[in-house]
Amino acid sequence: MTLLTDDQKMLQETAASFLAEEGSIARQLRHWREIGCTDGFGHDLWKQFAELGLTGICIPESHGGLGLGATEAALVLEEIGRNLTPSPFLTTAVAGARAIDGTAHADRWFPEILSGEAVLALAVDEGPRHAPEQTALEAKRQGNGFVLNGAKQFVVQGGSADIIVTAARTAGAPGERDGITLFAVPKATSGLNADSQSLVDSSRAARLTFDNVSVDADAVIGEVDAGWAPLSRALSAGSAGVAAELVGVASGASAMTLDYLRQRKQFGKLIGEFQALQHRAAHLYSEIEIARAAAFKAAQALDSRDERAELHVSVTKAKAAEVAGLAVREGVQMHGGIGMTDEHDIGLFMKREAVLGELFGDVYYHRNRVAELSGY
Amino acid sequence: MTDLETFRSETRTWLEKNCPAEMRQPMRSEADACWGGRNWTFQSDAQRQWLEAMAGRGWTVPDWPKEYGGGGLSPAEARVLKEEMQRIGARPPLTSFGISMLGPALLQFGTEEQKKHYLGQIARGEIRWCQGYSEPGAGSDLAGLQTKAEDKGDHWLVNGQKVWTSYADKADWIFCLVRTSSESKQGGISFLLFDMETPGVSTKPILLISGSSPFCETFFDDVKVPKKQIVGEVNKGWDVAKYLLGHEREMIAGMGLGTGGSSVTLGAAVKPADPLLRAEIAAFDVDALAFAAMSERFAAMWKAGEAHPASPSMMKYAGTELNKRRNELLMAAGGSDALEWDSERSRKGATPRSWLRSKGNSIEGGTSEIQLNIVAKHILRLPGA
Repeated sequence: MTLLTDDQKMLQETAASFLAEEGSIARQLRHWREIGCTDGFGHDLWKQFAELGLTGICIPESHGGLGLGATEAALVLEEIGRNLTPSPFLTTAVAGARAIDGTAHADRWFPEILSGEAVLALAVDEGPRHAPEQTALEAKRQGNGFVLNGAKQFVVQGGSADIIVTAARTAGAPGERDGITLFAVPKATSGLNADSQSLVDSSRAARLTFDNVSVDADAVIGEVDAGWAPLSRALSAGSAGVAAELVGVASGASAMTLDYLRQRKQFGKLIGEFQALQHRAAHLYSEIEIARAAAFKAAQALDSRDERAELHVSVTKAKAAEVAGLAVREGVQMHGGIGMTDEHDIGLFMKREAVLGELFGDVYYHRNRVAELSGY
Repeated sequence: MTDLETFRSETRTWLEKNCPAEMRQPMRSEADACWGGRNWTFQSDAQRQWLEAMAGRGWTVPDWPKEYGGGGLSPAEARVLKEEMQRIGARPPLTSFGISMLGPALLQFGTEEQKKHYLGQIARGEIRWCQGYSEPGAGSDLAGLQTKAEDKGDHWLVNGQKVWTSYADKADWIFCLVRTSSESKQGGISFLLFDMETPGVSTKPILLISGSSPFCETFFDDVKVPKKQIVGEVNKGWDVAKYLLGHEREMIAGMGLGTGGSSVTLGAAVKPADPLLRAEIAAFDVDALAFAAMSERFAAMWKAGEAHPASPSMMKYAGTELNKRRNELLMAAGGSDALEWDSERSRKGATPRSWLRSKGNSIEGGTSEIQLNIVAKHILRLPGA
């Protein structure tokens, strides 16, 4: 594994100061939550992402992007996680951009992603658990195009998205990878209804219904029946990205908790003096370091097109969710009563972890995938 | 081709020619390692040839300077050599505490004369070293050690007892912590080197729960040690000791990777049929692969000087706890086959013996609890730690 280059360190610093300042919990998450924003994120902030070039991290230089990769995306996402910053960065600039990269849709949508105007969402799940092979939403040929019928859920940013990258079945049966086709469906298409819901962490995800939604043949991303390739490319980029964000959530929760251990007094002592808590804090530190290393490993594997990249992606998603889960549980417990209050920020980390842990497959999904990919 | 690519292709050719086929077989246990030393009996001609070929190039210690018997390789070249050795499954030509522990400490704290004298012997596998640290009354509280060294003008007179001295009965020399002053706990410790054949040194193996005896009790009864055989200054041995412990912990942390390295998952090796066991093993494999990534990252950071000085404690903690879990799961996967102790079919109880031995991993070199204390104090800077 290689360490960060000077350029990467610079990007990390830029993202860290930008998100700590503009993307802080007080300025973003609590603000939008209090006013009951239906998008769940601020479009002004998203414009600032664009001004810094961050929306173009995964967009090739030939299209005007930064032409960077999963490693740089991970650096930004860790800072997003640390500040619980609501934004469409993961779905639009990472997973969405990777889904359409190299296809005709790139010319259409990359400029608007770069300028911070377009928001993309990925519509994959059809049940409460992530199972992309089980795609059943039907896409039937009709004339020069397709008619889509079915439903999707847990479509993150589905309410605010301009374009829905949708996995549909054009052949074969649920459970098969062949026969899935990926479509770029404009949200405004008639028959497509988005029921946007507030989730436990105040982020938004939609339940989508496709009722005889007609699209042109050029809505297809890549090849008909061979959508698994762009879909898994998007899911890998998304899973590695969400893992990096979880590492940030874990780090943020842990930093907040360590601060509390250094200032809260009981029995006339700082509670951080108690060995019972010290050992748990040290164990958590060790786990977070390991999760971060796994996130870099997966990102570098994706960037270098390592043949074991898929394995590393599932390792990092499983590990990061496990560790972030530990971090937020320890965080709330070590904060004691104050940690149970809505006023304190530590609970917000717990809520965010629950959503990110589920996104693109939970711990069990990815553990199982590690087993399958290594042949057992 | 870049210089590094040239180096890789030359190294590949050289290894193909010089690494005997037998030395490309996976090691079955610690007993397959080549430890070297005055009394070493080579397991085979291949083992001897391999050591001689590698030592001839300084590649038993690739990144040590050439003048001390090393290969003088840059970190990048050393990594290429490691990768090329892994590619053909080459065994390490030499395993020793001289390489992994004393050498780095001498490079840091030794006099020029000491480096010239001792490092070459280590690199060539001529002298096998053991470590005299723990004592019956000084385990986790290592700085409480009582083995005494009195200044007798031209020599130190050493009296006392060590315990958990790995391979003391097979080693030629010992690096040993002794008390040279009672005025300060950590500031009264010195670091001595001496020959295990010196009159007054005796050893007694300790039989472990695993049925083997890798450790000894070591006794010193009026042992005379020449004055020049001290590393660092008198009463400043604790600095040397701590530095060396960092390297020891780094080495023990490597156990987290298992013998197959990171390329074979536990699940792929045991193919668990039971779904609940499969699930547990999959959870383990996630942790093991993540730890392998951590090891790579740690090694790169350590070499670049970006790692926290106390981070070997975190690595040691995580790696040894992982290795214990691996052994627990191997016992579970083995079922009643994993209970046989002596049979040929069980390779003389390799699984249960390894399982029992692994319990010591989180004790030796500082217990897991001590490592957590160190992380809490030096990395997290928690109060009163």
